[in-house]
Amino acid sequence: MTETDVLAASGLQLSFGSTPALRGASIGVASGEPLALTGPSGSGKSTLLHCLAGVLLPDTGIVTFAGRRLDELSADERTRLRRRHIGLVLQFGQLVPELTAVENVALPLLLEGRTRRDAEQAARRWLEQLEVIDRADVRPPGMSGGEQQRVAIARALVTSPDVVLADEPTGSLDTVTGELALEVLVKATRETGAALVVVTHDHRVSAWMDREVVLRDGAVEPAS
Amino acid sequence: MVLLGLLERGPGHGYELKAAHDEWFPSAKPLAFGQVYSTLARLARDGLVEAVETHQEGGPERTVYALTAEGQSALHQWLAEPEAPATYAADDLVRKTVTALRLGLDRARFLDRQHAAHMVLMRELTGERAQAAEPGARIALDHRLAHLDADLRWLQETRERMTRDGVAS
Repeated sequence: MTETDVLAASGLQLSFGSTPALRGASIGVASGEPLALTGPSGSGKSTLLHCLAGVLLPDTGIVTFAGRRLDELSADERTRLRRRHIGLVLQFGQLVPELTAVENVALPLLLEGRTRRDAEQAARRWLEQLEVIDRADVRPPGMSGGEQQRVAIARALVTSPDVVLADEPTGSLDTVTGELALEVLVKATRETGAALVVVTHDHRVSAWMDREVVLRDGAVEPAS
Repeated sequence: MVLLGLLERGPGHGYELKAAHDEWFPSAKPLAFGQVYSTLARLARDGLVEAVETHQEGGPERTVYALTAEGQSALHQWLAEPEAPATYAADDLVRKTVTALRLGLDRARFLDRQHAAHMVLMRELTGERAQAAEPGARIALDHRLAHLDADLRWLQETRERMTRDGVAS
């Protein structure tokens, strides 16, 4: 963790019941930096990502975004911060099933007060980049897992967030579509100077990022 | 055999063949001119290619070679036979890793260092691959990436095995 990090976690500990998931994990990511968070399954990668997003609060330790402690914010303030500044791509079920692809992607902009026309135009641009524009008017249950994942990526990028956090974003994509999704993620965040944290167990995904942080048994492995 | 493959597309002289080879295999060592000409001479001697034209336009004399019927049949036979799978059982990475694990000197750090070194090259090739506009150029890079990926997975499994079973001794 350094002073230039836009998002940082320090000494995070978190247990689910009696099972410890994080045992003093610390990590920091700077603006414009693409970072891979890797490690064996069960090492705490997804839990750490959820803590960075403020979705989970650690038992001990602190997470700061642009110098502000997330644990000192109210739940509402955390939600607002996430909506404005953090793009989140989760593994499962984050799209609203009743809304079409374009409505799902436009949603964060509508919540920020943009007009429907504006929001849907921006949403279509991202769906086009991720090559799912032909599914724009389809609802999630009518899409394949890979299409849903690309729509979720579009939704994370549409607000030009300061930080993009993605949990196995290419997990249900074939190699070629996975590459397209990574290319869009890395390029978009580089262009806007956003930090990018990608949880992955795939070395080929990790190789797209400038740096790799390895998590083992809930703690970050020292760099070799 | 690759030269025969390059000539399958149509006759060409040594320089064109060298350029086409280097374009097909951007990660390989560029072919030396001497090697191209000596190979062409050998293939001509064996009746697989033939000189069809020699011309000189201001520069050095250039001989244009074409595939013979025999050469074409040799090429097709080569392509019909699967390549013997190489398993790299005793390459330097395996030798060093087994030695390090058997001697038990700071095993985890050894694996970490190797992982990091592999990731550096993988990042470099991934960048090169993203820049490669032509799909054919990506295929050769994909092969190198897939091998690095296999090494990395093997290093990871080795580590998991060390943790679970105790260490090889």
